[in-house]
Amino acid sequence: MSDPAISPAQGSSRLLMDLHGAGLDVSACYQCGRCSAGCPVAAYLDLLPMQVVRLLAYGQEDQLLASHTIWLCASCQTCTTRCPNEIDIAGVMDFLRQRVQAQGTKPAEKRVAAFHRSFLRSVRRWGRTFEVGMLGAYKFRTGDLFSDLKLGWAMMKRGKLRLLPRGIRGRRQVRKMFTKGGRGKPT
Amino acid sequence: MKLSYYPGCSLTGSAREYDQSIRELAALLDIELVELADWNCCGASSAHMTDHKLATELSVRNLELAQDEGRDLLVPCAACFHSLRAASLSLQTAKTYTPKFEILHLTTLLSRPEWLQKISARVLRPLSGLRLACYYGCLSLRPPAVTAAADYENPRGLDLLVESLGAAALPWSHKTECCSGSLTMARPDIAISLVGDIVQAARRAGAQALVTDCPMCQANVESRQPAGAEKEPALPVFFATELLCLALGDQKKKKSFREHLIDPTKVMAALDSENAGSH
Repeated sequence: MSDPAISPAQGSSRLLMDLHGAGLDVSACYQCGRCSAGCPVAAYLDLLPMQVVRLLAYGQEDQLLASHTIWLCASCQTCTTRCPNEIDIAGVMDFLRQRVQAQGTKPAEKRVAAFHRSFLRSVRRWGRTFEVGMLGAYKFRTGDLFSDLKLGWAMMKRGKLRLLPRGIRGRRQVRKMFTKGGRGKPT
Repeated sequence: MKLSYYPGCSLTGSAREYDQSIRELAALLDIELVELADWNCCGASSAHMTDHKLATELSVRNLELAQDEGRDLLVPCAACFHSLRAASLSLQTAKTYTPKFEILHLTTLLSRPEWLQKISARVLRPLSGLRLACYYGCLSLRPPAVTAAADYENPRGLDLLVESLGAAALPWSHKTECCSGSLTMARPDIAISLVGDIVQAARRAGAQALVTDCPMCQANVESRQPAGAEKEPALPVFFATELLCLALGDQKKKKSFREHLIDPTKVMAALDSENAGSH
């Protein structure tokens, strides 16, 4: 872990209050490392899951919200499943990602965040995901126009990508869920 | 048996062969599926990592539709299954909701002893000689508090299903390892590496193909599979329901598997010649 050394004295108590409000509790962690041993993306992380948990217990908000880890977590739930102290570590990752988006700060993994925004925008619009529209929006958002064109064509030939969206009748109801919650509103 | 059916977005697009084979299999097993009218997207990982309330509300609308029908709800997609169960549990904890129906996972349902018996009694074309690595992925299993999966570290449901068709379910190391499907667009480098490990593990065990019940795993493991060495052909990934239809369905109809990104024709041809030799 990078310097400076962490201390609970400098942590954000607001972060800890919000964590508690979200029904999450990390205080029982004794750093056994089971979460990190089983993490499939551990090799790509700047903070291991066990480090995220410890930094969170100390209220180290800046370091956590700027990390790549919170975006690279694939939500596979292995850490949550194996934690001997029943800490919902995958839930902690969600909590931190939601916080970055609520604060409007730049996510460390822009493409990951852009993908999820494109996905939700499609749901907001049609009530279901429309894969072609969603991928187009994602590509536009990231400027990554040329990757996976071969794959897209292969999927298209096999009838796996529908060219026209089909909205559901209840899409107004779905749209309301986005505006009400505020944060769900894709920008 | 009559069930409500929630296909989810993947099964209307990239995993349409999963939907087709589920409907065909249901007819073969006398299960009547009634698609939930006007269902919406479950939100998947994108919703729960963005806004907890939104994730719950998206699922609540579907739960209400199913509650009106009152029948148990079949949810074949692992991500949808997980989202709907998680939302249902959180409402039950808040004591705002008492479900009149169960949310069923396809493999868990079909691997019950009475169904396995029924299935093996109806096999028209045994898949003997086919060596399979059963790949479960994440979200139909973990965390067990949400999924109610019994053997979440070493599940057997898919193994029992393919064994009931006469195929060999191999012991192997990556049954429940994540393929990083949720990162496959934004970080294909990670997906290629994780998928590569999974496929190598299946090869090491002697598998000719993988079999799964998760539409994200199927798409990801076929589309992000790195080229193997010269004598290592790519491994196709079957949906369990495709193999069930192959073994139980009308034998006059030729199955093409043309929706697959990795062509399973060679695996099927090897199976045919093996069976021809044994008769």
